[in-house]
Order: sequence, then structure tokens, then C-alpha cells
Amino acid sequence: MDAGTSTFTALDGVDIKVFRAESLAIVGKSGSGKSTLMHLLALLDRPTSGSVLLDGEDASSLRGKRLNQLRNREFGFVFQQFFLMPQSTVLENVALPLAIRGVGAAERRRRSEEALERVELTQFAKHRAVDLSGGQKQRTVIARALVAEPAVVFADEPTGNLDSATGTLVEEMLFSLNRDGITLVLVTHDPDLAAKCQRRVHVRDGLIVDEEAAA
Amino acid sequence: MRWGDVILQAIRNTLRSRLRTGLTAAAIFIGAFTLTITSALGAGISEYISVQVSSLGSSDALSVTKADTSSSAVGSGPQKYDSNSAASSSAGGQGMGGRPGESAQALTTGDINTLKTVKGVTTVTPSVQLSPDYIQYGSHDRYQLSLREDAFLGKLDLAAGGQLNDSGTESQIILPTTYVTPLGFTSNDAAIGQKVTIAATDYLGKQSTLTATVVGVQNLSLISSSPTANSALRDAVVGIQNRGKPSTVATHYSSAVVGYDAAAISVSSLKQQLTDKGFTGQTISDRLGSLQTVINGIVGVLDAFAIITLAASAFGIVNTLLMSVQERTREIGLMKAMGMGSARVFGLFSIEAVFIGLIGSGIGALAAALIGGPLSAKLASGPLSSLPGLQLLIFKPLNITVIILVVMAVAFLAGSLPARRAARLDPIIALRYE
Repeated sequence: MDAGTSTFTALDGVDIKVFRAESLAIVGKSGSGKSTLMHLLALLDRPTSGSVLLDGEDASSLRGKRLNQLRNREFGFVFQQFFLMPQSTVLENVALPLAIRGVGAAERRRRSEEALERVELTQFAKHRAVDLSGGQKQRTVIARALVAEPAVVFADEPTGNLDSATGTLVEEMLFSLNRDGITLVLVTHDPDLAAKCQRRVHVRDGLIVDEEAAA
Repeated sequence: MRWGDVILQAIRNTLRSRLRTGLTAAAIFIGAFTLTITSALGAGISEYISVQVSSLGSSDALSVTKADTSSSAVGSGPQKYDSNSAASSSAGGQGMGGRPGESAQALTTGDINTLKTVKGVTTVTPSVQLSPDYIQYGSHDRYQLSLREDAFLGKLDLAAGGQLNDSGTESQIILPTTYVTPLGFTSNDAAIGQKVTIAATDYLGKQSTLTATVVGVQNLSLISSSPTANSALRDAVVGIQNRGKPSTVATHYSSAVVGYDAAAISVSSLKQQLTDKGFTGQTISDRLGSLQTVINGIVGVLDAFAIITLAASAFGIVNTLLMSVQERTREIGLMKAMGMGSARVFGLFSIEAVFIGLIGSGIGALAAALIGGPLSAKLASGPLSSLPGLQLLIFKPLNITVIILVVMAVAFLAGSLPARRAARLDPIIALRYE
């Protein structure tokens, strides 16, 4: 992931490559296996056969602490269901990846505030996550994903729980991250959202049925 | 995650569901409270007993009597008369004598000499029969006096003054607190250093007096409530008693105190030697053994109840944490996806358990000390005032610390099961969990 990277995955005999700084949409209906594909790419799951290569290195050799560190440093996650700690403050939620990395409290705070500024939630830093609206929650999640300055952000149906106006705002933010050089892997069933990505991979019944570059 | 952050987060999680934490901690509170009280009770009673024991005599001493040959089993008939065996008329000097209901034979001068030859024995002091007539302070009323008969080698539990000097030539006496006012002293301290008159009658019926100095006032004890004389005073009283005694009358002793060198010989081998020679030797712990066993038994039973409560509360911790793990399944999944190691996740939940244990036991121990301290003081000045020096509950910081640490360890063990479950959660499954 560090230098001109690609991620290489085989799923049911099909290959997929992810290039650094691109935006890739994994498109498919629910149950098509698109989430599993994302989990494999994010090293949350291991393939039963075949391999995931990272900078040409087999990821199955990564275990325990090194794997955890890699995920923590290189990957950011945005989920449809947000997965915020409801009783914690927005700032604490955003700081979580840094806390897991072992960053000191003062620096955690500084960087989390910066991230909140980017998603325009500075004034909500002290609010509890449970009190936020859907759009605010997803923006908090985006701040949490970018606070650790990852190489790749995985977004699983990031706009699935949002109305179209807030959805567009969240999309805007994700693509602006991509423009800053972060690889974006989007999992969605929404063709309109997928169309905004540079590349699309269509998954059906665990097979990659179509792969197309940006129009 | 830094361990400091893990601990902080665990504590925050604990405080997040206050009611649940509170109820779980309440169960631990009860256990820790009870355990603190029972340990304080044990400490209080053994403290009291050890003071009592030291007022009984030195620990490096055996009380020796003639082995009981007339073991009068029911229906065994009369024993043959033996002109050499002297029946002790007053078996059992106060305090150091045999147990009630035990008949003993007196020791003869020959027996005393035999005792001196036993290996390891350093001193043999026969308990002489002391029968002074009265004690009097100045021109106040005369009172009957019965002195402790055994040679005293221990330290008395004093309310005022100092211990006896056994090697000096001055006649000294230590009075129990109950003697102070009747004799005419205004206070315990006022008695110290005063001269009292003691009278004894010789063999021919002539009464003589001698003076002794009050060096101390002794707290009432469970075991002995007689005044204690030093050897100079004892010798002086015996001197009067034996005046005019025909040389054909043998001197008998009810018992003797045998001092021994603890470094040179073990108690058990010394006892065996004594038994072989026809004597019975008892240490102080032999004499108090049954009492101590009963008390240890009672305290042990109480401790057991407290431990049962703690065991029950351990299941409460397991239950609470299982709920907590279930509630935060997705949070655990998220943290693991973000690269949190299993050890940290385990730590997060086991520390939560330990913290609940700390809250419960800390408050429990504190409450026990806050309630027990004044209660014990009240008992000591009220219902237990006839046993001065008995502080029923003694809260030792070390004991309390140990109790809290033990409860925290129990909580950790109880928490390790749910914590292991959390640590082993698969992040994908956890994130899918609704």
C-alpha cells in the first residue's frame, strides 16, 4: 500500500485489482457477495482459497499485531449503520482509531478536531453521538475514517440510510477525500452513486460479471 | 490502544450503565462487608487472647504436674494407697493449675530435683502454696488476699504502672483493678509506688506482717484475677508460713513451672521426656487450645458465609459482563476492524469486571470499618466492659487491603469468561450483529 500499490483479490476464480488513489465501486444486489469482497479487500476476512496480495506480498502472512497495525494505519471504514458509540461524544468517536493506535490524548484531540472541521461538525464535538441526525452521524463516521490518514477508505452503502440531499453531501465528502489521494472502495447497489466512481465492478452470485472503467 | 486508555475506557463503560453496575457491586458489597467484619472479629479476638496468654506466662514455659495415675474411670474401684505419692490438697494454683475436674497429685521435692535433670530444662520453679491472711493499705480496711501461686514468667496486661522485677530483693505486688478502690486508693495511678501491708500466719498460728510495693495495676482478664507477687514477696510469705514447721513434714507443690531453652529442644520432645518420667507438661497454647479452636471455628464459619456471598456475586459479575459484551458487540467489532488487538479487548472487559469488584469491595470494606469501629467501641464500653482490653472488631489496613485485592482477583476470574468471548469475536460477524 505504501508505494504505487495495488490490491489483488481472487473471488470465485475472478481477479480484481485496486489501484492507488482510484475510486472503485463494487456494485451488486444484496446477497451478491459484494460485502464479502469488501471484507476480503479490507483484510477483515480471509479467503478460503486463493490469496490477497498487498504490494505483491501475500496478506495471509500477516497476522495478529502486524495485521491490526496495518488495518489501523492504512484503512478507514464508513458503514451504512454508522457504528458510533452512542453515549460517547462526537469527538471521542472520531478519535477512536487514534486511541487504538496509541496516540496520546492531546494529539488525538487536535487531529480529531481537524477532521471534524473537514466535515463541518466542529460545533458538535461535545455532543453525544446519539443526539445527532443521520447526516451528521455519517459525517462523524467520515471524520473517524479520515482522522487516521488512511490510504484506503472502505465505504459500505455510505448513503443507504440517508435522504438524497444529505446523501449527496456525504458523497461529496467521500469523493473529495479521493481527490486528496485516498483510495476509495465503495460498496453499493445504487447505480447513480457507482457511476460517479472511476471504475465499477459488478458482482452477482459471488462472481464478478462485469468490469468497466469510467465513462 | 495504550493500557492507560484501555483502563479509562473500561471505567467509563462501567459507569455508563450505572444501575447495572450498582446492582452487581451491591452483591459484592455484601460479601466484602461481611468478610471485613469477620476478619476484624477474628483479629479482635485473637489480639485479646494473645494479651491474655501473655498474662498467663511466658511462651517458653511448661506447667508441669504429676501424671494422673488415678485415672478414675467409672467403675474402676478404689486405687491402692501409696505412701510415697502425695495427694495434693490444693491441686491447681490459680491460673496455672489443672483443668477443672482434673485431680492431680502433688509434686515432692524429689520430683522437683528430677525435673531439673530433664534435658533442655533451664529453670524449675515450684508453685508454692501461698495463703496470706489479708492485705491492707495504710489504715484502710483489711481485705482477704489470695495470691497467684505459680511462678510467673510472662507479662501482665497492665492498666497502670510497670511489670514485676523478679530478680530484685524488694517485695513487689501487682493488683487487679478491682482491688484498687476497696483498698482505699483514689485511682489506678495513685496506687503505684504505695506500700501495702500483707499478713501471713506461721505454722504455729502466729500472725506476722510484711510490706510490699504496688508496682502495677492489672486489667481484669479472662483467666486470672488474683494479685501477682514477685519472687521476693513470695519467698517472704513462704518464709512466714514455714516458720516453726517440723522438719519431718514434707513440702509439697501442686505444680511447677518449667522454663526451657526453645532453641535447644522442641516442645514436643520435652513433653515426651516429661511423660516418660511420669509428669504432664502443658504449654499455654495447650491450655488455651480448645478455647482458641472454638473461636477460630466460629470465625471460620462466618468467613465461609462471606465467601459464599462473594461466590454468588461472582456469578453476578459474569452475568453483567455477558450483557455488556452482548450490548457492545458491534462496538467490539468496530474496534477490532480498526485494528484493536484481542488482548486489549480482553483487557477492556476484564478491567471492567475488576473495577466493579473494586467499587463493591472498597465501599463494603469502608462501610464495615465505619459501622464496625463505633459499634466495637460502644460494645467495649457497654456490654463487654467486664472484659477490659477486649476490642471486638479490629480493622487492620493489611487485612482490608488483602480482602479488596482478593475480591478484585475473584472479579477478574469471573470477568475473564465474558472478556474471552469478546476478545474472540469475529469483527465481521460482530458488525453484522443487530
